[in-house]
Amino acid sequence: MSTMQFGIFTVGDVTPDPTTGRTPTEHERIKATVAIARKAEEVGLDVFATGEHHNPPFVPSSPTTLLGYIAAQTERIVLSTSTTLITTNDPVKIAEDYAVLQHLSDGRVDLMMGRGNTGPVYPWFGKDIRQGIPLAIENYALLHQLWREDVVDWSGRFRTPLQSFTATPRPLDGVPPFVWHGSIRSPEIAEQAAYYGDGFFANNIFWPKEHFQKLVNLYRERYAHYGHGTPEQAIVGLGGQVFMRKNSQDAVREFRPYFDNAPVYGHGPSLEEFTAETPLTVGSPQEVIEKTLAFRDTFGDYQRQLFLMDHAGLPLKTVLEQLDLLGEEVVPVLREEFAKGRPAGVPDAPTHAGRLAAERARQEQDADNAGQTAETVEVAK
Amino acid sequence: MTAYRLVVISAGLSKPSSTRLLADRLAEATVRRLTAEGRDVDVQVVELRDLATDIAHNFVTGFPGPALREAIEAVGGADGLIAVTPIFAASYSGLFKSFFDVIDPDTLTGKPVLIAATGGTARHSLALEHAVRPLFSYLRSVVVPTSVYAATDDWGTTGDRLTDGLPGRIDRAAGELAGLLAGRAPNGPAGGGAAQEEAVVPFEQQLAALRA
Repeated sequence: MSTMQFGIFTVGDVTPDPTTGRTPTEHERIKATVAIARKAEEVGLDVFATGEHHNPPFVPSSPTTLLGYIAAQTERIVLSTSTTLITTNDPVKIAEDYAVLQHLSDGRVDLMMGRGNTGPVYPWFGKDIRQGIPLAIENYALLHQLWREDVVDWSGRFRTPLQSFTATPRPLDGVPPFVWHGSIRSPEIAEQAAYYGDGFFANNIFWPKEHFQKLVNLYRERYAHYGHGTPEQAIVGLGGQVFMRKNSQDAVREFRPYFDNAPVYGHGPSLEEFTAETPLTVGSPQEVIEKTLAFRDTFGDYQRQLFLMDHAGLPLKTVLEQLDLLGEEVVPVLREEFAKGRPAGVPDAPTHAGRLAAERARQEQDADNAGQTAETVEVAK
Repeated sequence: MTAYRLVVISAGLSKPSSTRLLADRLAEATVRRLTAEGRDVDVQVVELRDLATDIAHNFVTGFPGPALREAIEAVGGADGLIAVTPIFAASYSGLFKSFFDVIDPDTLTGKPVLIAATGGTARHSLALEHAVRPLFSYLRSVVVPTSVYAATDDWGTTGDRLTDGLPGRIDRAAGELAGLLAGRAPNGPAGGGAAQEEAVVPFEQQLAALRA
């Protein structure tokens, strides 16, 4: 059913609207985030993902609170993160928080692991900033085990040992949430995603695509190396950033002040230079469609496309209009076009239902194999 | 026969600029030395003035625009560098430093570099030794022993009893750079130094390192 998933991801920044000078309150921004997620479902998108940040000017410090609240007000959309800090969150807490969310949302949960965007976050949670990558590796190894083994004995370098510990509740239907690994620059993370056969998400915004292409290629190659399938069967997600109006010139005129003053890239190159160099598209829905479809030429057929729609101080009303355009004019065409020429071996986007079916098939296969082995033993006697 | 690729970086701001003039004379002298030994040399000049906006943008966005990317790739693929800056406020110019700030610090490892500077007065000549040379030491380049400082006066005078004139110093420094290059094989066609593959440590090894 869901060959490819389309959705949005938010950073959750509280940024002044440069056209009015007004900064929303944290309360307004949090409520706006919920409105945006609801709208995403209403216009037919598949995924809503929230960032996790613990410093101003960002508000989403408690992702499962936010996602649980949204889960209660939606029915279909998959709730995800962009990203969950695998470095500074206790893996035991992640295992339990997201398992609860998985039960409450009837399986509409996956996660993207990341290391955050600011060094100082490590000491805020009692972690050593110099151990970023080792923390990501050890913590995820434990999380992976906690979701797959009912009783865990474990010891490691970065937290107290566990003896006969059971993370509760157990994952819904015994199927852990699917995990993506997000990285902007670390080949180690692409390697980690490949090792586990998890998904790899290239944020694909702010920088030229060639940069992310290297990481995705590495991930695909290593995914095959670890025996999870062919490189083309690896699970790839991409970001993207767009601003649309029916007329291209209107989009450029309206977005320019937001672009010029945006966090991250503002006060740098012109909007024209930046759109030429990076995946940002400012223009008509048709231009967004063309640029997004071209991602496939760079990265191969992939499973998930998330757009950043709500940053740089864009008012809620504008963001909701953008989502209307995305849901009505862009995504239906993308679904149709991406489906064309998609090779048969390319997997569908991971969902709880899909993973549950695969797990059941595997169990039946194992049972059959066990039965056959027993028969063989009988015959041998 | 494969040619040596010599990249000349000039941070001069005016046109014409005495910094560029010094850079050209150093390049000519180096090429003369190498061709005398039967070696081919390709020279590419990078004028940082033309890249000033791109360099500022790189600081803001974290990635180089097309022209800057080309310059960075040229530096990465070079067999040797000649780097010339005007001295501003007792040190290299901000533009000169900024160019090296946006380059991956490993790019210049082991590369022969000739450093030179221009200034209004000879009183700042040691800026080459206390500012420019340490920058390239940090970048693990092989900096030739003679650095060349050209004060305004140097363009119109000869040496004195303590030092050679500017032409003599240019020639000595160029000889040192040519000597370093001649002792090495050329890198070969463009892209050799820049397009390196992502290095990856196998995951089992990463996990094992934590258990050790």
